[in-house]
Amino acid sequence: MKKEIILSAIFESIKKLNPLVQIKNLVMFVVYVGAILTTVLLWRNFSPFNLQITIWLWITVLFANFAEAVAEGRGKAQADALRKMRTQVFAMKQVAHGKFERVNAADLKLGDIVECFARDTIPADGEVIEGIASVDESAITGESAPVIRESGGDRSAVTGGTKVLSDRILIRVTSEPGKAFLDKMIAMVEGAHRQKTPNEIALEILLVSLTAIFVMAVFTLPPFAQYSEKASGQIGVVNLTIPILISLLVCLIPTTIGGLLSAIGISGIDRLTRRNVMALSGRAVEAAGDIDVLLLDKTGTITFGNRMATRLIPAPGVKAEELADAAQLSSFADETPEGRSIVVLAKNQFGLRSREVAEHEAHFIPFTAQTRMSGVDFYEHEGRPVRKIRKGASDAVRDFVGSDGGIFPSAVREEVESISKKGGTPLVVSENARVLGVIELKDVVKGGIKERFAQLRKMGIRTVMVTGDNPLTAASIAAEAGVDDFMAEAKPEDKLKRIRDEQSHGRLVAMTGDGTNDAPALAQADVGVAMNSGTQAAREAGNMVDLDSNPTKLIEIVEIGKQLLMTRGALTTFSIANDVAKYFAILPAMFGALYALHGVNGPLAALNIMKLYSPESAILSAVIFNALIIIALVPLALRGVTYRAQGAAIVLRRNLLIYGFGGLVVPFIGIKLVDILLVTLHWV
Amino acid sequence: MDILDLTQIVLYAACLIVATPILGSFMAKVFEGEKNFLSPLLGPPEKLSYRLAGIDPKEEMGWKRYSLALLVFNALGFLTVYLLQIFQKSLPLNSQGLTNVSWDLAFNTAVSFMTNTNWQAYSGESTLGYLVQMLGLTVQNFLSAATGIAVMLGLIRGLTRKSAVGLGNFWVDLTRSTLYVLVPLSLLWALLLTGQGVVQNFTPYLKATTLEGSAQIIPLGPAASQIAIKQLGTNGGGFFGVNSAHPFENPTPFSNFLQMFALLMIPAAQVYMFGVMIKRKRQGLALLAAMSIIFVLAFGVALKAELLPNPVLGTSAAMEGKETRFGIANSVLWAVATSSASNGSVNAMHDSLSPLAGLIAMLNIMLGEVIFGGVGAGFYGILMHVILTVFIAGLMVGRTPEYLGKKIEGPEICWAVVAVLIPNAVILGGSVLANMLPCGISGISSAGPHGLSQILYAFSSAAGNNGSAFAGLNVNTVFYNVALGIAMLIGRFVVIIPALAIAGSLAGKKTAPVSSGTFPTDGALFILLLVSVILIVGALTFLPVLTLGPIVEHFLMLQGRAF
Repeated sequence: MKKEIILSAIFESIKKLNPLVQIKNLVMFVVYVGAILTTVLLWRNFSPFNLQITIWLWITVLFANFAEAVAEGRGKAQADALRKMRTQVFAMKQVAHGKFERVNAADLKLGDIVECFARDTIPADGEVIEGIASVDESAITGESAPVIRESGGDRSAVTGGTKVLSDRILIRVTSEPGKAFLDKMIAMVEGAHRQKTPNEIALEILLVSLTAIFVMAVFTLPPFAQYSEKASGQIGVVNLTIPILISLLVCLIPTTIGGLLSAIGISGIDRLTRRNVMALSGRAVEAAGDIDVLLLDKTGTITFGNRMATRLIPAPGVKAEELADAAQLSSFADETPEGRSIVVLAKNQFGLRSREVAEHEAHFIPFTAQTRMSGVDFYEHEGRPVRKIRKGASDAVRDFVGSDGGIFPSAVREEVESISKKGGTPLVVSENARVLGVIELKDVVKGGIKERFAQLRKMGIRTVMVTGDNPLTAASIAAEAGVDDFMAEAKPEDKLKRIRDEQSHGRLVAMTGDGTNDAPALAQADVGVAMNSGTQAAREAGNMVDLDSNPTKLIEIVEIGKQLLMTRGALTTFSIANDVAKYFAILPAMFGALYALHGVNGPLAALNIMKLYSPESAILSAVIFNALIIIALVPLALRGVTYRAQGAAIVLRRNLLIYGFGGLVVPFIGIKLVDILLVTLHWV
Repeated sequence: MDILDLTQIVLYAACLIVATPILGSFMAKVFEGEKNFLSPLLGPPEKLSYRLAGIDPKEEMGWKRYSLALLVFNALGFLTVYLLQIFQKSLPLNSQGLTNVSWDLAFNTAVSFMTNTNWQAYSGESTLGYLVQMLGLTVQNFLSAATGIAVMLGLIRGLTRKSAVGLGNFWVDLTRSTLYVLVPLSLLWALLLTGQGVVQNFTPYLKATTLEGSAQIIPLGPAASQIAIKQLGTNGGGFFGVNSAHPFENPTPFSNFLQMFALLMIPAAQVYMFGVMIKRKRQGLALLAAMSIIFVLAFGVALKAELLPNPVLGTSAAMEGKETRFGIANSVLWAVATSSASNGSVNAMHDSLSPLAGLIAMLNIMLGEVIFGGVGAGFYGILMHVILTVFIAGLMVGRTPEYLGKKIEGPEICWAVVAVLIPNAVILGGSVLANMLPCGISGISSAGPHGLSQILYAFSSAAGNNGSAFAGLNVNTVFYNVALGIAMLIGRFVVIIPALAIAGSLAGKKTAPVSSGTFPTDGALFILLLVSVILIVGALTFLPVLTLGPIVEHFLMLQGRAF
């Protein structure tokens, strides 16, 4: 962690002592009130013990403040950078057709139209309605390469604060002043005005209720103790001063989780931010952990998005090398990814290197929609071409070969059909009148994605591939990628229908989308991740925006959501389990002398199983341990518990062992160690 | 403990294990409205009762209407018992000419029987005539048990229904549970008990001259019919003052066995029934396992404590307060069963239990009567703990918590903590009040820490709707009658209303399908977690005050000190 963040967090944790801030966290507010009370009582009843209790109570409060401040601090740096972009910008607002007027960007309203030229900062979120421009969005995405924004289509959205690099565009403003994407981003990364998520609220209800019952349990003790004193005939032997009662209370109420809860939530969002995902609501991060179904677009997520040559099948009587050579020659000038992949395949399989192809000898024939072929002609000298190599759709090549008197071998035709059936694209290669063979082009599934889906399956998440391909093609890619289900020939409205259908069965659905027609589905999905490159409509509809526009991110988002929930559960369990040890420290300290026949050790001293030095050292040790455990767990709260993609039963067993069993044992050791230390330092 | 004791304990466990699935499956059939072997006989009267009362058995009730029907019905029950007592003198079947009951005792008793607590600040034979016992108390024994079952059924339907509003029909649930389950079993048990010598007559009390020549009044009455339902319905209110320690109420070891068996029979079967009704038996078995683990632990500690040498009395296995015809093992088994099952009947005096055995009985009640628990009440009680468990631990698998596919969110947690924690607050608050007021302290009969235990036990018993007592406390005073009456009311309805509210909220939710990412609630790990949550949440609240009561008493006893 950076030094500045820690320094400013220390400063912030003192600023957070404001009661208006403290009351937002009721569990810690109890500690806060307790600290004030013991401080005030110091005037009347000063003792080194009371002073130490008071100091440690304040430290407990400060540690909890610090946890929150550190979590917020990590977002602040990013927020400051973003805020700089919002500095005074002027806009050319259209006042009449073709007439523009210079106004303050802050005065722009929804629906205003502004004009931007090269080197202008775009004044507000909007949609390009005229023109095309390259835009530098590095300030929000961190990506230095400029992106193209143009009217119409799926790349029309521009973000306020980004910079136009070339050309001129007209933009219609789509955000209210102060509610722009940038503002939302700043608010989210800062954690300011963070809304509590439903699960967080429910957890708070539980924590506050536990606190209330402990208040009851602790403050009903004095009357019971008085009765016991009378019954034992030892008036004044039970040590129940206000500082001691407050100490017991603070140790019992769930301060560990109470102090770290907001830090866990903020840092969860922060983890997303650092992966360049902007969650526009905390609720979405939580929902991400609950996702049952992922709707994944085939292109870009599962496959590379381009078909690639994967196999060369020579015609009968043709050598494989000959086919490879012809295929490569025909593709040298082909700059499409498909063409490049053929060159690479021939190189990898047959060691065919790029050769010098003399300009004057070769004439490349580009692909056109009419011929549906591309290729190359070689000339001896100026005259008739001696080699005419073509590659293209099978019927086009058949006609081309036929016109030269060649025949189309039936073996090649069968191969073509079989490739089509499997969902691939066959390209037939010919030289003059001879058919040399077939190149198989296929969608190539991204490496490692199958394993990723298997992990998701273990976690109980189903993956559904969405594609516009025909069912045949879709099925073959689905099988190869290992998705659980696929939607072929899918239209945007099918996505929406599928989401509604899954939701009606009680499942939570996540999806990514970029186009305007994805917007309804993005809005319907429980987690809708819009690509930053997408349209404004899509970005408005989703509850997260991926600045990298990388659809595979969805999987990471789910993992971050799960990790957030796990951390919350683990620390709650830890916090509650801690109480057992604290009882064994404090109760014998309070009641140890009761019913004693002689000396200070009564029968209840038997409960002092940790053999703590004295009642004072026992109480102090418990309070100190309680404070230290908060600060000790801050890194865990910020980082999140270790996350592995495993089934629920395994994850539970592991976390329970660490945080449940650990929560029982650790304080016994910790309190004893603090006690030894206190005695060594002669503080008690 | 000898081999005979051990045989009885094993036999007891075996009978319960055999009976649970049989009765559980039968109850599931009854409450799903399926045909069962009693339908030909009881179907016509069931239909007739609906017609007479003008009830449409198909009509569904939302949770608010269901609760309202329940509250109104219980209020009428309270009023009946109250009026029967304060006008007792003018009513028939009062062969002893017993006087009208005072308002505070009548209030306490009426609340007590309406809420299935059966706390008895009165002594049956000297306070209440046959009519009040039969028409008032016995009838409430049936109806309060049936009320518990109705709440349980509402909650089960809440868990199984998807995006629904209705929780079933309260009147139908009430009728079916009484008619098909409680009445037939009670009839059978009453006959068996009469066979063992439990009295059942309308004869006035007998006057006998003892061998010493002194006169003795021997109380009689329609006891067997009330005792059967007192055990089966986890009510616990004895016909006679000393409950099942009385030779006419529990004359033989076999009658003792029958009563102990009846005590846990329905509470165990109802959990099995839950598994059948949600079509996932393992879920029900998991809850049964958690209950059994705590039960066995509690029984082990209590038995060990009872058999331990007692330096104060200079003996081991003290028999003071116990019946020789039952012995130590049967007395401890009964004490643990009655305190865990919200029953409250006794066959030995809990005031005389060793400190740790008394602690166990008290703790069983403080944990919320969820270790088997009361008829209906035990199930909806433990479900509140299940909700807390799922919520705390469920997060650790990386999903927001859910139980049986239902998301556990703010409203559920809110109601569950009310149901779990308010009774705890009532126990602490009530005990503190009694401790601070002279009218509270004056009831205590023992010096030393035991006096504190007596008060604590009384409020635990009332708020937990148990009804048993450290009978040393003199509770027939205005203060205790009113305070404990209020504690019983809160302890009953502050759990029932949240249970139904949760049922209503859950019924409206969708059910998420099970996947490998789902928090498993039927495995060993969940059972362990549930046990821990019940013990930790329960014990953490009470440990400080228990330290000042039975725990310090135990250590003092080890030092040979008494007060």
